[in-house]
Amino acid sequence: MIPTQLQRSGSGSTQSPRSPSSQEPFLSVSVIDPAKMGNGVQAYISYKVITKTNLPDYQGPEKIVIRRYSDFVWLRDRLFEKYKGIFIPPLPEKSTVEKFRFTAEFIEMRRQALDIFVNRIASHHILQQSEDLRIFLQADEQTMERARSQEIGIFKKKPADLMQIFKDVQSKVSDVVLGKEKPVEESTPEYEKLKRYIFELEDHLAEAQKHAYRLVKRHRELGQSLSEFGKAVKLLGTCEDNALGKVFSEVGDKAEIVSVKMQREAHHLLMNFEESLKDYVRAVQSIKATIAERANAFKQQCELAETIKFKEIDLNKLRLTRSEKLADAEREYDVLKADGEEATRRFEAIVQLMNEEIVRFQEQKTLDMGLAFHEFAKGQAHLANGIAEAWRSLLPKLEACASS
Amino acid sequence: MMGYESHQGSEQARLYASKEEMESLVLNDDAAVPPHPLSSSPPLAQIPTNHDSDTDPLRSSPSPLLHPQSQTQNPDPHSFILEPPSYADAVFRSFDASSEINGHDLSTSSPSASSPSYSSSDFLKISVSDPQKEQDIATSLVPGGTSYFTYLIITRTNIPEFNGTEFSVRRRFRDVVTLSDRLSEAYRGFIIPIRPDKSVVESQVMQTQDFVEQRRAALEKYLRRLAKHTAIRRSEELRLFLESQGKLPLMKPTDVASRMLDGAVKLPRQLFGGEVVAGVVDVNEVAQPAKGGKDLLRLFKELKQSVTNDWGATKPALVEEDKEFMERKDKLQELEQQLSNVSQQAEELVKAQQDIGETVGQLGLALVKLTKFETEEAVYDSQRVRAADMKNVATAAVKASRLYRELNSQTVKHLDKLHEYLGVMLAVNNAFSDRSNALLTVQTLLSELSSLNSRIEKLEVASSKIFGGDRARIRKIEELRETVRATEDAKTCAIAEYKRIKENNRNELDRLDRERREDFLSMLKGFIVNQAGYAEKMASVWETVAEETSGYVKCTS
Repeated sequence: MIPTQLQRSGSGSTQSPRSPSSQEPFLSVSVIDPAKMGNGVQAYISYKVITKTNLPDYQGPEKIVIRRYSDFVWLRDRLFEKYKGIFIPPLPEKSTVEKFRFTAEFIEMRRQALDIFVNRIASHHILQQSEDLRIFLQADEQTMERARSQEIGIFKKKPADLMQIFKDVQSKVSDVVLGKEKPVEESTPEYEKLKRYIFELEDHLAEAQKHAYRLVKRHRELGQSLSEFGKAVKLLGTCEDNALGKVFSEVGDKAEIVSVKMQREAHHLLMNFEESLKDYVRAVQSIKATIAERANAFKQQCELAETIKFKEIDLNKLRLTRSEKLADAEREYDVLKADGEEATRRFEAIVQLMNEEIVRFQEQKTLDMGLAFHEFAKGQAHLANGIAEAWRSLLPKLEACASS
Repeated sequence: MMGYESHQGSEQARLYASKEEMESLVLNDDAAVPPHPLSSSPPLAQIPTNHDSDTDPLRSSPSPLLHPQSQTQNPDPHSFILEPPSYADAVFRSFDASSEINGHDLSTSSPSASSPSYSSSDFLKISVSDPQKEQDIATSLVPGGTSYFTYLIITRTNIPEFNGTEFSVRRRFRDVVTLSDRLSEAYRGFIIPIRPDKSVVESQVMQTQDFVEQRRAALEKYLRRLAKHTAIRRSEELRLFLESQGKLPLMKPTDVASRMLDGAVKLPRQLFGGEVVAGVVDVNEVAQPAKGGKDLLRLFKELKQSVTNDWGATKPALVEEDKEFMERKDKLQELEQQLSNVSQQAEELVKAQQDIGETVGQLGLALVKLTKFETEEAVYDSQRVRAADMKNVATAAVKASRLYRELNSQTVKHLDKLHEYLGVMLAVNNAFSDRSNALLTVQTLLSELSSLNSRIEKLEVASSKIFGGDRARIRKIEELRETVRATEDAKTCAIAEYKRIKENNRNELDRLDRERREDFLSMLKGFIVNQAGYAEKMASVWETVAEETSGYVKCTS
């Protein structure tokens, strides 16, 4: 069991979180208590997911279930399939490096990200009504496991497929940018602008995130070297007489104190600022996936339209020749027409959803980043003040030694 | 609106992308600030030397490699913009601007917190400048002849021994070597500053501007250290070096060739116990160390003595018995080790400070680019708000980056004392060597005396057995007695010299302790004030941003 005591109550209530007996509907979720299960290669982390709600479909007022990372992935995939056009909240990445999979830091970062993930779903006016969400939050572990294993064959897209979709969209965007427009691609100027914006945004964000991560490392390194410096200074102090030796010793101690402050800020920076930037990048990637879905839907619509056109020509030919195949052909044509309408409907739904989502996204991001910036600045100010205070407190002792 | 400024349009033009441009990035409110003096970040090693001689008024032609602006004059050009000067600034300026008289940095004219141990009434200010290439006369007629550099050395002083108050000479590096060697001889037992290294590099490298500049700076540092030493600053050798026009009138101490010959001529006679020439052992020569091939025989004998000391069964007649000295010596050895350790950690610290400054700057730049992008592509107001917030953070990050860089260059300046004292420890070891060499000379002479006396004794015994005396032996005994008398004189001299050197050691060690204490205290103070001051500045930069974004906290809770 990992002795993580950190708890974070979710901020995902749709209304203000009053007592369960209130008449207003609310849904509040938190992901806490990561615990290591199993051994060796099979080992994984499980999380407690606590749901507090008064919604009728839910087992209220409170329900606790145990979930693991792949359960969250299941939820994301289901939502992605069902709610095309909506920017599904992003998940933290799978850990690629075995070594870090069970470090306290990684686990905490992941828990935080999962908590945010679920809360965003719970506070989305459309997504919160999803049956899959209810299953995720309420079903017992066995049911969940069954549901999860069913998905692997049918719905789960292979990463390679997703990559291909991304590449297609990317190449189409660049084709448009380069002026080589292909016919099977929606190319309204606004949408083009949006696509370009999303792709460029990802690059900019990735760079900022990279530097933010490095900054975390630099804090750690500076802390480390301050600590070493302090130790060396103390040793030097032992070679000097009483008063001077004591001063050296105090300086060494202070350096160690400052070093600890730096390590703390490094952690704070990682959890509050760097993670926020990473989250932003993930969100943009999720949008890219939606863009790919939209492109798919558009393509389908166009292809069906093409097919219908040809079918019409055939039909007219058959009408003229009064063929016996006419009846069958007419039936096929009707089916195609219905499919075409369905495809158009689906596409237009995506477009409309996306338009709303984009506004929501921008507003949400301004709030998210505003808070992240605030935390960043606050942390840095706190660190700097701590450092100044620590060193200043030594000055009187120095003065005393100098004048003695 | 959170900090959205109406003049954002004109600001956009200034949001540059490259690092060079960042250096001169005109930020929100400090449009009037000139480019940062450290805009082309120099390699760290150069900073102290550049700084030291930067604004020296004696420098007739400042080297083009130096920064145009001394940073001690204005350690923080932003302070008056960020906020009213805090206590940090005041302490900064008065501390960093402390001009060190008597051969040190002359950069500012503000009254110095002069150290009481240096006499503050007389001064000796030296500067080295204007390297010029000159041809070696001996080879000038030969094509591809050798050349060398000379440096202009300007002195200002009120010390009475000097003929004048302001004068200059041209010297080459070889002259400095001579000066250094003569001082080593004249001031045995003193802790004499170590001269700059002779460089074992190709002549091509010796011509490069970098090398010449490095050497110039090193020479200046060396001469200033000499000027700081209470005894050496009044020495004849230094005076001649600084004053005498034309060729340096200091004899090369080891006129190796002629001495070698002398020694070589005498050697066969002495080895085979040949005729004694009266006064062949020059008592004054005894006072000099037997180095540099001066006296082969003496070297040979002292070597034999030192081997006997180490491996022989009997203790030599006179040994180092000053316990206090030996304790001090051990302590100093320990100090040297720890100094080396701290010095190394200090380098790591400086590197880490540099890295963090760079990274926060890069983060700032990335955010600047993002801001620009978001602003240009903005469709919704929420984007413009975000861009404005981001710009504040980006600006703060860039400011923080500059502060780190300034902090670091100051840190280097302060912690450089550690490196300096490592050099001093070398000089201390030299002083100790002087002492042990003098002792060895005494021991050698004592052994010599004892062996001479035993030879006399044997000869007397043998001679007494022959009736009527043995004229050959009696003559031999007379010769030996002459040698013994001369050797006794030499021994007296050597013992006096040894005592003198021991006394020098003691005084110098006291001086070292005093000066070291002061220097280290001031170093620590400088380091601490520096760290605290810049931390305060950074705190205020970030507090502003935290204040500007504080609205977001209420939104999401």
